[in-house]
Amino acid sequence: MKFDTPATTNPIDQLKVVGKPTDRIDGPLKTTGMAPYAYEQHEAAPNAAYGYVVGATIAKGTIAALDLSKAESAPGVITIVTADTAGKLDKGNFNTAKLLGGPEIEHYHQAIALVVAETLEQARSAAGLIKVRYTKAKGAHDLEAIRTTATRHKDSKDSLVGDFAGAFSAAPVQLDVTYRTPDHAHAMMEPHASIASWEDDQLTLWTANQMIDWGRGDVAKTLGIPKDNVRLISPYIGGGFGGKLFVRADAILAALGSRQAKRPVKVALPRSFMFNNTPHRPATIQRIRIGASKDGKISAIGHENWSGDLAGGGPEDATQQTKFLYAGANRLITTRLAVLDLPEGNAMRAPGEAPGLMALEIAIDEMAEKLGLDPIKFRVINDTQVDPENPARPFSQRQLIKCLHTGADNFGWDKRGAPGKTRDGRWLTGMGVAAAFRNNLTMKSAARVKLDNKGVVTVETDMTDIGTGTYTIIAQTAAEMMGVGLDKVVVKLGDSSFPVSAGSGGQWGANSSTAGVYAACVKLREMIAKSQKFDPAKTTFADGKVTSGRKSIDLGKAAGASGMVAEDFIEFGDLGKTHQQSTFGAHFVEVGVNEVTAEIRIRRMLAVCAAGRILNPKSARSQVIGAMTMGAGAALMEDLVIDKRHGFFVNHDLAGYEVPVHADIPHQEVIFLDETDPMSSPMKAKGVGELGICGVGAAIANAVYNATAVRVRHYPITLDKLLKDMPQIA
Amino acid sequence: MKSFTYERATSPAEAAAKAAKTPGARFIAGGTNLLDLMKLEIETPPHLIDVNGLGLDKIEATDDGGLRIGALVRNTDLAADDRVRRDYGVLSRALLAGASGQLRNKATTAGNLLQRTRCPYFYDTAQACNKRAPGSGCSAIGGFSRQHAVVGASTACIATHPSDMAVAMRVLDAQVETVKPDGKTRRIKIADFHKLPGTTPHIETALQTGEFITAVTLPKPIGGSHVYHKIRDRASYAFALVSVAAVIQPDGTGRVALGGVAHKPWRVEKAETDLPKGAKAVMAKLMADATPTPENEFKITLVERTLSAALMDARA
Ligand SMILES: Cc1cc2nc3c(=O)[nH]c(=O)nc-3n(C[C@H](O)[C@H](O)[C@H](O)COP(=O)(O)OP(=O)(O)OC[C@H]3O[C@@H](n4cnc5c(N)ncnc54)[C@H](O)[C@@H]3O)c2cc1C
Ligand code: SF4
Repeated sequence: MKFDTPATTNPIDQLKVVGKPTDRIDGPLKTTGMAPYAYEQHEAAPNAAYGYVVGATIAKGTIAALDLSKAESAPGVITIVTADTAGKLDKGNFNTAKLLGGPEIEHYHQAIALVVAETLEQARSAAGLIKVRYTKAKGAHDLEAIRTTATRHKDSKDSLVGDFAGAFSAAPVQLDVTYRTPDHAHAMMEPHASIASWEDDQLTLWTANQMIDWGRGDVAKTLGIPKDNVRLISPYIGGGFGGKLFVRADAILAALGSRQAKRPVKVALPRSFMFNNTPHRPATIQRIRIGASKDGKISAIGHENWSGDLAGGGPEDATQQTKFLYAGANRLITTRLAVLDLPEGNAMRAPGEAPGLMALEIAIDEMAEKLGLDPIKFRVINDTQVDPENPARPFSQRQLIKCLHTGADNFGWDKRGAPGKTRDGRWLTGMGVAAAFRNNLTMKSAARVKLDNKGVVTVETDMTDIGTGTYTIIAQTAAEMMGVGLDKVVVKLGDSSFPVSAGSGGQWGANSSTAGVYAACVKLREMIAKSQKFDPAKTTFADGKVTSGRKSIDLGKAAGASGMVAEDFIEFGDLGKTHQQSTFGAHFVEVGVNEVTAEIRIRRMLAVCAAGRILNPKSARSQVIGAMTMGAGAALMEDLVIDKRHGFFVNHDLAGYEVPVHADIPHQEVIFLDETDPMSSPMKAKGVGELGICGVGAAIANAVYNATAVRVRHYPITLDKLLKDMPQIA
Repeated sequence: MKSFTYERATSPAEAAAKAAKTPGARFIAGGTNLLDLMKLEIETPPHLIDVNGLGLDKIEATDDGGLRIGALVRNTDLAADDRVRRDYGVLSRALLAGASGQLRNKATTAGNLLQRTRCPYFYDTAQACNKRAPGSGCSAIGGFSRQHAVVGASTACIATHPSDMAVAMRVLDAQVETVKPDGKTRRIKIADFHKLPGTTPHIETALQTGEFITAVTLPKPIGGSHVYHKIRDRASYAFALVSVAAVIQPDGTGRVALGGVAHKPWRVEKAETDLPKGAKAVMAKLMADATPTPENEFKITLVERTLSAALMDARA
């Protein structure tokens, strides 16, 4: 099915099942430990040996000598994989550095060997016996120092509209500030993990991966085998946040280890590898200039962004939202990329917008203050209903102002005091607001729907559920379309033998994958109607029956003894080009800052989201509060600290890389505005999983400013950055 | 992790004797620190002596009106003990500020005193670290040093001791009771128990090879108002950037010890005479000869402000 005209009324609009806050159908399996994650597929891949990964301990250079002798003769060791034993390996389309290094080393903890042994303990112990001698090479590890060498990446497009320089210098009120966001780790619960098993030349990989088809392609490409010879299975994933969009060393090394060991091999990356071995969200430096008239109309907006990556990598485009969020006739928006010898950067939850809004939405707060305007008012004045760069393109839906006003009413925004003037005992308290914005992406997505003679509907698609609730919303979609209860729907996900879906990334998964299921169900409905000689246009599906006029038959009967199968996909036409499709929100935060210690503690958070139809308010809320929590981490503590001498992230464990704990998040609320977006898909939905993190950091930063009158522009906002400006303690 | 042998000790003296017999042997109590270090091969003991079954899990009154805390008393139990809560509030508060509920259920009194630094370079066996590999150098100097020591550090090591409990023990003048491999027992003042790094940062305590801790004793209660302020980036489950343990009497005199600033719980008795004059006066002696790095000099301000507020609260 091609989606190229706005959606009209369709069976989803009945909202008998879709739109309900249904509990996750995979919940009981997970809470009882019955959902097998990649590393736990003991039954599917019995007798697996254990692989332990050895990582390089330099940032750049070559291996001069690799001595495996002690490890090879250690107890239980079956085989050792290195670049020498692996044969010729290509690199995946989505990888920047090689997943198995040697002799060349591209980053710290790049895998250089896999020790395969009978037990995990034996493999780990033998891994410690491998002796490596390196020849180090000089590298660039400090973005600040090499920022001037940055260039425009081939895929980056500057947005240059009007005469920015002239308009900015002529503006009666100006802001020119630079912000910094650090490198961030995905820090998901489940580490990257895989089990590999070969049968002749056929490879099966049980792996934790968000994008099954990309993964299948990259496994094949890396190993130099046909894609058809690779099967990926990933029914349950313990979080990804973008860290599992791509095939990583666990999968490739498990495959190589299994080939050498001639039996299944399982590999989980140790926790410390999450920081230097796998990708991270790159740090940014962002210069923002805003010029406005005295009454607050923006005449010039400039956002220049710098990030770094290994040669061949890509930028963290923190300017994405600035292209669309506010009006302003004169615009200068650029992104530049420098070559850095650090572990590779890549997508993490809301790539671009997450760090971009951390800066832009402080700048808006600063500018509002300069103008003497309430920051909500300032945003409202500069709202735009069209793409500012191309005013012929309207937004498909844009309820930013309503999000801001709804939030203000619900949060008690009118009680916000002047900066540094509100206190509660020893705590200085303050409120902050920020806009949330994330573009809506759509991806082709296919599904197969089967109806059996008992009236059970089974959906198969290689879509993944990374803890987001995909199983549930797909079941809701199929139930709505086929007119059955959720108890009559079975959902099977995450297997490359199923039709290729959109996968989980870029918050496109929910809308695109359910739209694919919608397409397959439309086809199945037609097949069923035709089999009964009904006019498909006049046939309804409800209460387990298919009905046309006065004729009605149980679905199971209609399916016939051998059942029926329909497969289709949704693909998207030009509605994303003719209309700017984005999701919007507003974040409100109240913080307390201890006047003695400058410790910052969040008191409450509210997000108001306008993101198309909410397919399941419960799972959507979980996505948003999780993202708000992640945003709190980014604002207040998350910081991959670079040792600029040696070129690696020093705090490579969860004791050193702090993420929020329960005590940091006392109270969260989410409001979804009633919205349907007929331009987005037949589901009229968009995504919320990434929107939720967008703007949170700045809302917190603005609240800290409101509490203390101290502006911090270098994340994370830790107490040491506030301390010298805190009030005297007598 | 290196493979190791394991046995259960039947008495404290036997545990000490056995530990002396196998070079590198370690006692295992709660295991919450030791096992992590073994997995990362920071500690590679060939032999473990399990001391959990020795009955050292009691808290008893001593003849001089104090408390004897068995070495294996869990942090959770110690924090919840009525006598501790009533008479040694600073200790209870310090314990509850540490780690998480699950960890405190396992962590023991002796193990807590002996937990090792959280310096990230100590934790990465590929990096130079004099504490882990004597003579290899100190990566933290000139590297990431936000959490590191601001007083009492050396050119060989700037690590801090991470314990909360030990800071309270220091302010309470606790004593550590031990038995040596030859069966002799001794008492070590907490002030002398932890060492400064000097040129031998791998030697962290006064304990000799095989010496086993049987108990920690607290002198009789000293009254006053008991404060433990732990300052950290997140609200829970994080090591202290700095912590201030203080016992302040109604007349403004008292004691103060600091965590997160040195290689040991930091207390300078001669600074305490200035307590009635306020935090600024105390700081001159308490933090004399401080050698912060640009990344951690904020700790000095933080200590002063926290102490200042604690003194105000105690007097209020
Ligand atoms: C995630 C995490 C967070 C933490 N956060 C904090 C915190 O915020 N504040 C804090 O103070 N601590 C914190 N800790 C540390 C925790 O308090 C210690 O791990 C614990 O107290 C150690 O006690 P244990 O009994 O488990 O020691 P073990 O790990 O069993 O032993 C530690 C050491 O003591 C030796 N030992 C044990 N008993 C004896 C004995 N009787 N005689 C001689 N030697 C002995 C062992 O041989 C070993 O060398 C944290 C730990 C973790 C893992
Ligand atoms: S500070 Fe001490 S523990 Fe840390 S690297 Fe230096 S020597 Fe090692």
